[in-house]
Amino acid sequence: MTHNDLPLFYVFHFYFFGIVAVASAIAFVTRKSPVAAALWLVNTMFCLAAMYVLLDAEFIGAIQVLVYAGAIMVVFLFVIMLLNLGHASDLADARGMWWKLAAGLVGLALLAQVFAVTRARLPEALVLPEKALAQEFARTGAIAPLAGPLFNEYLLAFEVTSVLLLTAVVGAVVLGKRKERVRAQ
Amino acid sequence: MMPVVALLQLTGPTTEPGFGFWLAATVVKLVAIFTVYMLGAALLTLAERKISAWMQDRHGPNRVGKGWLQPIADGVKNFVKEETYPDAANLPIFILAPVISFIPALVTWAVIPFAAPWGSRWGIVEMVLAPLPIGFLFILAISSLGVYGIVLAGWSSNNKYALLGSVRSTAQMVSYEIAMGMATIPVLLLAGNVSLSKIVNQQAFETWNVINLTVAFFIFLVAAFAETNRLPFDLPEAESELITGYHTEYSAMKFSLFFIAEYCNMITASALMATLFFGGWDIPFTLWDNLAPHTGIKTLLTLGAFATKTMFFLFLFMWIRWTLPRFRYDQLMSLGWKFMLPLALGYIVAIASLIVTLQFLGFAQGSWPFHLGLAMLNVVAVIVLFMILDRGRIISPASSRLDQRDIARLRAVSARPRTPLLPETGD
Repeated sequence: MTHNDLPLFYVFHFYFFGIVAVASAIAFVTRKSPVAAALWLVNTMFCLAAMYVLLDAEFIGAIQVLVYAGAIMVVFLFVIMLLNLGHASDLADARGMWWKLAAGLVGLALLAQVFAVTRARLPEALVLPEKALAQEFARTGAIAPLAGPLFNEYLLAFEVTSVLLLTAVVGAVVLGKRKERVRAQ
Repeated sequence: MMPVVALLQLTGPTTEPGFGFWLAATVVKLVAIFTVYMLGAALLTLAERKISAWMQDRHGPNRVGKGWLQPIADGVKNFVKEETYPDAANLPIFILAPVISFIPALVTWAVIPFAAPWGSRWGIVEMVLAPLPIGFLFILAISSLGVYGIVLAGWSSNNKYALLGSVRSTAQMVSYEIAMGMATIPVLLLAGNVSLSKIVNQQAFETWNVINLTVAFFIFLVAAFAETNRLPFDLPEAESELITGYHTEYSAMKFSLFFIAEYCNMITASALMATLFFGGWDIPFTLWDNLAPHTGIKTLLTLGAFATKTMFFLFLFMWIRWTLPRFRYDQLMSLGWKFMLPLALGYIVAIASLIVTLQFLGFAQGSWPFHLGLAMLNVVAVIVLFMILDRGRIISPASSRLDQRDIARLRAVSARPRTPLLPETGD
């Protein structure tokens, strides 16, 4: 089934997940309780994954759920629960009026940009031919079109990114260790 | 629909169904799978009690309809019982938690192919609910959401035992998810695809993965026990330490939902082991079931083969539950991170190198020397793992760890007349 076979189906799900994603994102930044905010963020991630699937990027959708919703947010929630940040009303708002205003302006600018992009015509080089992705999937499976460029053309960038992640892991271990030493003295 | 087309090319020409028939077939499959799944989960609670009774040499449930109607009686009891809510609970999340743990358990079944396609008069019917091209990744992604149910149940109950249970379970499930994902990478390497239908076909035309990738199967098996929170890894519940862990505060049907979710997860894990390592719906030693024409008989027989394999693993889950004691928590964590993860990583490297070497030597995948080579590597690896790393703990009897002096000392201790622990007082 491609977009052309079931237009109404796709349109309905696009708006459904889009509205839920935006509503969840708003709830995420407005909730005072950290756990509730984290859960709304999970919901946003999940809706974004559904959008990826609607765009025929099933692999990205699955990875979005697996990595963000299934791993990162679980650990996040874990930390929030263990820290036990106290009752929602005790948590003071960290940002002042100016920050809120600036954030609102940046949000409006991004929104304007989205509208501008939807109006603009994409250059021909960026548009895939009709059903090209579906044919590629039928030929090689859902992952090969992504894995090919990643492990051939962009191998160096990919490996350097993994070094970056390793650095983050080592950094986290070092920070954790230092606290231990201070307590021991 | 892409896998259907691919399968058609593989198995010979048949007609693709029209949209109306496809929709009708999907609805029928949906209802049938849901019914079988729920009935299966209910009957598994009975099976668990009957098998445990058999292993402990007692009768088990034998009153309500000679025991057969016990799940229905339990269900009715759970529906009519009073629901209790703790005062300090976060009510919306408290109510949401059982639902969140139940739904992923149900949804994962959608991508598992359970029988050979049925070539009906109106077109070919793929015996899987959603033949997604990302197949296995979908299962990993959705099952990783199941942990939310447990975490939120523990946190929202506002009970320290429940919180401890949920914290344990998060750490456990996140840790073993990694080992589970790593154990399946060799499977995907051999199949060259993540679609489960393709994995089943590859095994049917070549060799079952349990022979090619025995070590990966054992890693997956252990990880599956940890992911489903079953003994010997049921630390999130750990009755003797945490009351019942994350669902301590739950009552009636909400409590029951956690149990149904656990059994659904078991069914999915068993079906997954059958699919990834035991050829799925493939009937062994014959290609008759994999080739066209796809008749109804073939569909039924392959469904039987798949059910048999899945039920064997379900039995294995219960067998182990009533045989092995619970791990200690630090043992569980060090097993996951210090043993299973490095083992899985090393195994990926070994298998990938062997595949490349064999192909370099001119043995294509599917030829017997290729699979013999893989099988030999696994035989060696399994012997090394079980005999050397076991250190006389699991396979050999417990007494092999002790030398003769220790055994003599223990016998002397047990032969001594018993002294009361507390001095007996006169009153």
